[in-house]
Amino acid sequence: MKKLLDDPAQAVDDSLRGFALAHADAVEVRFDPTFVLRAGGTPPGRVAVVSGGGSGHEPLHAGFVGPGMLDAAVPGAVFTSPTPDQVSAALQAADGGAGVLAVVKNYTGDVLNFETGVELVEAEGIEVASVLVNDDVAVEDSLFTAGRRGVAGTVAVEKIAGAAAARGDDLATVRALAERVAAGVRSMGVALTACTVPHVGRPGFELADDEVEIGIGIHGEPGRHRVTASGAHDITQRLLEPVVEDLGLTAGEQVLLFVNGMGGTPLSELYVVYGRAREMLAERGVEVTRSLVGSLVTSLEMQGASVTVLRLDAELTELWDAPVRTPALRW
Amino acid sequence: MTVLDVAWAERWMQTAATDVRAARDELTELDRRVGDGDHGVNMDRGLSAVVERLDDPALPPRETVGQVLRLAATTLMSTVGGAAGPLYGTALLRASKVTDRPDLSASGVVSMMEAAVEGIVARGHASVGEKTMVDAWQPAAEAAERAEDAEDVADVLRAAAEAAAAGAEATVPLVATKGRASYLAERSAGTQDPGARSSAIILAAAVTAAEGRDA
Repeated sequence: MKKLLDDPAQAVDDSLRGFALAHADAVEVRFDPTFVLRAGGTPPGRVAVVSGGGSGHEPLHAGFVGPGMLDAAVPGAVFTSPTPDQVSAALQAADGGAGVLAVVKNYTGDVLNFETGVELVEAEGIEVASVLVNDDVAVEDSLFTAGRRGVAGTVAVEKIAGAAAARGDDLATVRALAERVAAGVRSMGVALTACTVPHVGRPGFELADDEVEIGIGIHGEPGRHRVTASGAHDITQRLLEPVVEDLGLTAGEQVLLFVNGMGGTPLSELYVVYGRAREMLAERGVEVTRSLVGSLVTSLEMQGASVTVLRLDAELTELWDAPVRTPALRW
Repeated sequence: MTVLDVAWAERWMQTAATDVRAARDELTELDRRVGDGDHGVNMDRGLSAVVERLDDPALPPRETVGQVLRLAATTLMSTVGGAAGPLYGTALLRASKVTDRPDLSASGVVSMMEAAVEGIVARGHASVGEKTMVDAWQPAAEAAERAEDAEDVADVLRAAAEAAAAGAEATVPLVATKGRASYLAERSAGTQDPGARSSAIILAAAVTAAEGRDA
């Protein structure tokens, strides 16, 4: 295992210390318990938006802390949910008096730790609403499993909820908008290689030179099926089709197309995938009106990508376009 | 006659920490097959932290069984991570609320077990047969209730621990429908659920502690 780390046990803290120094204009990092707070805190009277989850997906979530997006983020150990005391400390610190929206990815650990953390702060009189992100269409039997996982679509939920909070919406409205995004966003991912968790020291699964894993989550876990590597066109089709079908997209609809890298795939390849996906959507008469391309929801150094589509309307588009000023996303 | 007092509760946690450490690799291997391979490491870290806090002279001495369980609950919640932290934490926190006395009678053990199961079910929304911790705890609570009239209170614990071990064993052929193992669907069959296994180890530690054997 070759990694730019000194002590694998300190990897998350060491990274957060560097992150804090590099982005002191946007964020402040607290330890014991660990969470990341927007510099200067949530403006008084505004709803706070907080998210969190295991580390290893950077820039998610801490990279999205700042005006127009998240007010706090709670990083756990690599691929391990943060603990309830971290969650409750972050919710408490972020509350600006108008309540907090917790954006939770649908993984059992994240859900349980956030629920427990929320229970702890509600006892303190802070109003908390939660939205569950479950955009991963790779999980087919969601009735017989813990349900579809939350993956790259989380970026859209966090961006739009953050914009709604910034314009002064109340907690019920911010939550309703976040739920609208969660209901209209779907994703599917592919791995070309596995990734290695620092304290484990070996890859999470093995892939032959000519194999790719379709339907991966973002924790280095194996996916739904393995196919022979077959070029960007074929793989993009395998990712995009289930997304479009699940959303039931029809000709004339407007969408955001987000091609996300898993950490080890060059941007140039992501643009190849984006181009193919754009052609395929055009063939169906679906109009891509907003785009995002980059490695924003990663699995450490995994090579691979995911394709996310969000159904847009005028209000969601306006909120997507609203100014954002975070380490990883700003316009 | 066995007395389940504060010293027993502290021995229970110490024994659980030692036994889980001894089973760390086994738990991690089970979790590698059906989850993300960190259950042994996470539980070892959490229970070691509980023992450290029990040994901390700066903390006030515990006067009730419930105070021991509450200290364990809050420590596990803040150190275990993953799904196991809040599940064990909630189980022990609910158990602590019905054990706020210097020692437990047979009916006290039954109440403790019932409260723990309710906590796990409330937090994890799982029921028996879904290949989770509930498959160890639910039969354990039921066995404790059946043994409530036993002459020695240790027999109530023993009945619970034996049922937990059998329940954990019975998860081997099950297909998971909750937790991360559920994403493997049929591929989850053939492996014992790591959470049910660690639950059986921890309940067996309660018996060892009651028999007065140190960790």
